[in-house]
Amino acid sequence: MSFLTINNLSAHIGKRKILRDVSLSVQAGEVCGLVGESGAGKSMIGKAVLGTLPRAIIATGGEIILDGENLQDLTPTQRRQVIGAKTALIPQDPLTALNPSRRVGAQITNRLVDILGWSKSAAQHRALDLLGEVQINDPERVMLCYPHELSGGMRQRLLIAAAFAAEPRLIIADEPTTALDVTVQKQILRLIKEMQNRYGTALLFVTHDLGVVAKVCQSLLVLYEGMVLERTTVQDFFTGPLHPYSRALLETTPKYTDPTGSLTPIPPQILDAVRAEIVAYDQAHAHV
Amino acid sequence: MSETVYEIRDLRLSFKDLAHKPIFGPAPEIEVLKGLSFDIAKGDVVGVVGGSGSGKSTLGRAMIRLLEPSAGSIRFQGRDITHLDEESLRPLRRKFQMIFQDPMSSLNPRRTVFAIIAAPLRLHGFDQISNRVETALDMVGLPRDFKLRYPHELSGGQRQRIGIARAIATEPEFILADEIVSGLDVSSQAHVLNLLEQLVRDLGLTLAFISHDLSVIRRLCQHTIVLYQGEIVETQQTAELFANPTHSYTRELIDAIPLPNLDQPWV
Repeated sequence: MSFLTINNLSAHIGKRKILRDVSLSVQAGEVCGLVGESGAGKSMIGKAVLGTLPRAIIATGGEIILDGENLQDLTPTQRRQVIGAKTALIPQDPLTALNPSRRVGAQITNRLVDILGWSKSAAQHRALDLLGEVQINDPERVMLCYPHELSGGMRQRLLIAAAFAAEPRLIIADEPTTALDVTVQKQILRLIKEMQNRYGTALLFVTHDLGVVAKVCQSLLVLYEGMVLERTTVQDFFTGPLHPYSRALLETTPKYTDPTGSLTPIPPQILDAVRAEIVAYDQAHAHV
Repeated sequence: MSETVYEIRDLRLSFKDLAHKPIFGPAPEIEVLKGLSFDIAKGDVVGVVGGSGSGKSTLGRAMIRLLEPSAGSIRFQGRDITHLDEESLRPLRRKFQMIFQDPMSSLNPRRTVFAIIAAPLRLHGFDQISNRVETALDMVGLPRDFKLRYPHELSGGQRQRIGIARAIATEPEFILADEIVSGLDVSSQAHVLNLLEQLVRDLGLTLAFISHDLSVIRRLCQHTIVLYQGEIVETQQTAELFANPTHSYTRELIDAIPLPNLDQPWV
């Protein structure tokens, strides 16, 4: 049975639709990629699951079922407890996600202590173990550092450790490596994969990089303006993408192995076709 | 084609490390560029690649003298510009322009596209400013009526084109492009790269292209300089660099690129 199921999730901001009937399901231990250009709504899906959608965005329909519990049926307090206990986030920018005025150790343990009610010493032990697992040397010293004293790669490792700290069953990774350079990105992705395998965590992986998708995901959704254009396995996607937009997206990605291949921007007729699809959808759902 | 635009010899640049400054006495120095030497020929497109903190942006900024080197020499078209003061640099600035990474923060949000592109033209005393702005817009493939718009009314790709239009408006000999596509979607990235390729061809520009994305460098640049912790570890024809990287760091950089296929063994 799938761990996270989203059925027909829709959301809008003012008159603009952000999500259009998004459905997906993620099994325990599965990595599902959410792919699209900016404005595709891929981060919004993650935020909807975590209950952290910006206030201006109104979810109009659909349901989110987390580990068999429909989040809409719960009171806000219950919902926060369920989400807090079962999910975690690896954010994009490790510098803004960490509080600059607090030592990083406390920022890893406070979730364990404050939300999950662990004792301080147990949380401290767990944090030290985790820092070892994410290959940070000298964890005792690093726990006492402030975020600005660490490199970008180190900070991202810390956030990965923090995300895995309470053994969540679902992690939402929102472009976790976009701010890092390629060699560090490789280490971090390898680390996320390793941790995810070890704990059997389900992972929702938001990214715009199809290369990254090919390396870490098993399934993926291609989104455009909040509409799912394609839902497929990575195997099928890279052996022959089905939707013309997906194919165009793949062609427009530069590949060093194919330097002479022309870099074709997404052809306007494909964009027009996709927009027509969206307009047709909106008209069909105008009464909602 | 053998004319040299840049001759850089033993370029060094250090910053004061204020984080480790003792209460009394001078701050220690951190050497960011540790003796770089290379030439850039006219019409060449040179990629500068390296991890974060490798000094690639500092190198770029030193080349167009936004930073003053602490040792070594930079010769631009045969003229030593290493320690020129701002006043003597100003007439030269027309000839080397820069395109910035983040088009939103490098375009003044309170000025129209026209004012943004016209600013360097006015500064350098050009005539027929209005015509030149329109020509620049034509060259970057934007409609002329965009000149009345403000940066926030444009998409990321369009904003980056304005950045390019501003850089080419003064008819420069050399352009420094610092991570100019890293903030863009792949589709806008393809547009901007195609545009740059075309401008290099049509205007005979010399271009230094700083990037951490080797796939983009492979596509665009004839030569590539690989920086690692402030030193050049490899400088090579780009094709050669990918075929036979001589330095292990280059190999590592190339191997770390995730390709959008399933064949490459990776994570």
